[in-house]
Amino acid sequence: MRRRAIAAAAAFALPVLTGCGAADMTKQSSPYADAHGARTVTLSVQSWVGAQANAAVAQYLLKHELGYRVDTVQIDEVPAWDALSQGRVDAILEDWGHPEQEQRYVADKKTIAPGGELGVTGHIGWFVPKYFADAEPDVTDWKNLDKYAGLLRTAESGGKGQLLDGSPSYVTNDKALVRNLDLDYQVVFSGSEAAQITQIKQFAKEKKPFLTYWYKPQWLFEQVPMTEVKLPAYKEGCDADPEKVACAYPHTPLRKFLNARFADGGGRAAEFLKKFHWTTEAQNEVALMIADRKLSPEEAAERWVRKNESTWRAWLPD
Amino acid sequence: MSTTATPAAEAGAPLTGGVARHRTALIGGAALVALLLGTVLLGGGGWPAHFAVDLSGPMGDTSDWITDNRDSHPLFLYFFGHISNVVVLSVRAVYLVLLAIGWAGVTAAAGLVAGCLAGLRPALTAVSAFALCGLLGMWVPTMQTLALMVVAVAASVLLGAVLGLAAGLSGRVHRALRPVLDTMQVLPAFAYLLPVVLVFGIGVPAAVLATVVYAAPPMARLTALGLRGADAGVMEAAASLGATGRQRLLTARLPLARKELLLGVNQSIMMALSMAVIASVIGAGGLGDRVYQALASVDVGAALAAGVPVVLLAVVLDRVTGAAGERIGAAPARGTGLGWAVAAAGTVAVALVGRCTDRLSWPDAWTVDIAGPVNSAVDWMTAHLYSGIPVVGGTADWAARFTTWVLDPLRDGLQWLPWWAVLLLVGVVAQLIGSWRTALTAVLAMAAIGVLGVWDPALDTLSQVLAAVAVTLLAGVAIGVVAARSPRLERVLRPVLDVFQTMPQFVYLIPVVALFGVGRAPATAAAVVYALPAVVRITAQGMRAVDPVAMESSRSLGATGWQQLRQVQLPLARPALLLAVNQGVVLVLAVVIIGGLVGGGALGYEVVFGLAQGDLATGLVAGAAIVCLGLMLDRVTQPVGRESRDA
Repeated sequence: MRRRAIAAAAAFALPVLTGCGAADMTKQSSPYADAHGARTVTLSVQSWVGAQANAAVAQYLLKHELGYRVDTVQIDEVPAWDALSQGRVDAILEDWGHPEQEQRYVADKKTIAPGGELGVTGHIGWFVPKYFADAEPDVTDWKNLDKYAGLLRTAESGGKGQLLDGSPSYVTNDKALVRNLDLDYQVVFSGSEAAQITQIKQFAKEKKPFLTYWYKPQWLFEQVPMTEVKLPAYKEGCDADPEKVACAYPHTPLRKFLNARFADGGGRAAEFLKKFHWTTEAQNEVALMIADRKLSPEEAAERWVRKNESTWRAWLPD
Repeated sequence: MSTTATPAAEAGAPLTGGVARHRTALIGGAALVALLLGTVLLGGGGWPAHFAVDLSGPMGDTSDWITDNRDSHPLFLYFFGHISNVVVLSVRAVYLVLLAIGWAGVTAAAGLVAGCLAGLRPALTAVSAFALCGLLGMWVPTMQTLALMVVAVAASVLLGAVLGLAAGLSGRVHRALRPVLDTMQVLPAFAYLLPVVLVFGIGVPAAVLATVVYAAPPMARLTALGLRGADAGVMEAAASLGATGRQRLLTARLPLARKELLLGVNQSIMMALSMAVIASVIGAGGLGDRVYQALASVDVGAALAAGVPVVLLAVVLDRVTGAAGERIGAAPARGTGLGWAVAAAGTVAVALVGRCTDRLSWPDAWTVDIAGPVNSAVDWMTAHLYSGIPVVGGTADWAARFTTWVLDPLRDGLQWLPWWAVLLLVGVVAQLIGSWRTALTAVLAMAAIGVLGVWDPALDTLSQVLAAVAVTLLAGVAIGVVAARSPRLERVLRPVLDVFQTMPQFVYLIPVVALFGVGRAPATAAAVVYALPAVVRITAQGMRAVDPVAMESSRSLGATGWQQLRQVQLPLARPALLLAVNQGVVLVLAVVIIGGLVGGGALGYEVVFGLAQGDLATGLVAGAAIVCLGLMLDRVTQPVGRESRDA
């Protein structure tokens, strides 16, 4: 009885506290936003370092050139779309293609607005280290992979060769590929990109052969040079059925997305983020400073911004 | 639920009723009969497909429905929306206050409050801890986490107190609530994330609510325990003086229970802090997010710089609430009104000085970079230990051998066992350690995993848990025994144990990968590191509590140290050892699940996958299976005594 009374009281008290009527939680921003009367932009940073580089440079310029406060939140790709549509974050700067979410949020609900291209083209593939490809040149064709399965065996892959896969948030067809190409390999999921990078570096230190799912642009190539393994060529629509995929991954121009309300009412910040457009090399330069030389993202961005004024001047709103 | 679930319990339960003396033999006999029957009637193989329910369809639909209706359906607009709004508003209010007071004000307030509540030493600890957070360059994230913690802990304490009050006053509520609270206490934090994300989406509201659900149960348990344990004589006296029910509650029962209440607050705070980092996966921001971001760039140093403030907050809050509890127990406080006034005035004064001199945010120049040195240390360690050490081999070789010789056979063995034999095994073990009640729950939980259709991954996770628990117990009991005998070692160990117990698990995931490679071995290693402190502590306490008379008499009979240990100390410390097993199992499971982030695979990977891909069906099914696995492991290792302990 008493508990019911308390529950009823709480149910009545809630609207009183937050104002009567409807409370749409899809229109609530982060509690940390806009403190001190500053205008705040919240950027979603995905877990990989390239995305950190985008966010770092955008954050630096927004802060120092346009006078905004910038918060960054690390969220995985698909949940980030959801957060973006709710306005919990204002922008995603690097999206690798999520047709289902695009249909739902951009076309149907119109809560997310496209923000143009980032200028970087992404590509996913299977890679072997260069020292391995140099020693065994024919490993770079998928037809010969089975020959080397024994060499790539680990404790985790059972009796088969190991294909190292990354974070569960990444787009991957690898299980279907291994099955459909009938390869003697076992996909081993490392569960996070950090774990995968650590493992690749350890392999490289020992000059051990390995086969991994990886993507470009990525700073790790500067440290561990890798060669792509040729998979059956990509044709439009060959990856339509995820169960039947037997072809390589496409080349994807990476795109930006903004929260629809922010895109309209975000003022100079929104305009700046729409114009933000750079190259693979530039992104790699910043990413390498963050990941390899362990500079803080802010420091790395500052160094890049000092050297490349002509590039970023064009992004500033008039 | 499945009707075929419990051959062991059905056969075992009625038989054991009155014949306690032949219990073990009877259980063994019943199990043997069930084994024969099963072999003849049921055959081998994993969980049969027709007993499994595929939930991915309906769950996917629910998830879609929620996303589509979150901005229009009344349920969200008029109920969840307001909850979310209250959370956002309160976190924001606390955060703005913290920023407005400035770093000097917050540090001073922490010191003064600690001084009032607990005395001079905790006050100094608090001041230096906050200063250290600033020095590490983590002031703003620390404040964000603190704001979130304040709101989450307040809500947990409130909710826990209300539930505890209800359970403390009414026997029926207590009976209904206790199994629920018991269960919630053993669930890995990771399993709480998905349901709240489903409703509230990524962000601070979801993080706060997940934290509340995780941190409220200990408060409720301890409140109920305190109220129910009130001295009957005092209650009788109060009643005979003509006090009404409400008066009795306010003047006798609650004051008598204040020690438990404060312990409850303390426990809630600790649970909430341990959740702070894990909740970063669903957008909690603050320190947890810094740890999480640092891990993405494999930057152990930066992760540590963000992890240390979490440890510091935990240590300060633990010491302050702990010391306050002792004070309350010792003597009624006098003149506290004055102390509080001084504290408030001091805080305001310092805050005003900070405001006037415009020094609200921590000065950038006063920061120390620990990331560089830490990273070089970690690099050196991994470079030298990974492989090629003569004779013993490197850590990578150990990991490979551990995987091939321990984890693989264990997993394959479990998966090879017929499904009913696994249930039988669970039932028999639970029966031997606990009662038919715990056995029944354990078997039902295990069967539920099969019904959910994740039998094989669950057994994979189980094999990792078993291997990690074995290692933890071997190492933990050995260290605990030695620590119990040598006070000096214990003094050295204590701070180390404190740090490992409060350090966010995320921080040591990456060094573990660098040492052991990707796979199940690093997941088990991380689990061992996390569970070891609790096991060491409980063992040491249990060993020291052994009756000195028994020790003395055995010594006078000429027993050697080893004989004493084996024949007197270990048997007498059996309850403590069983408790250590129980705690070890629960803690290990929590980390093995997080091990999904470093290649642990199985259920942990499915939860991570569900969160990462927004594929809530996969994640929720795996989460539910983890819940069942946790329940099963807890019940199997639950000694009989514990059930009646807090009744």
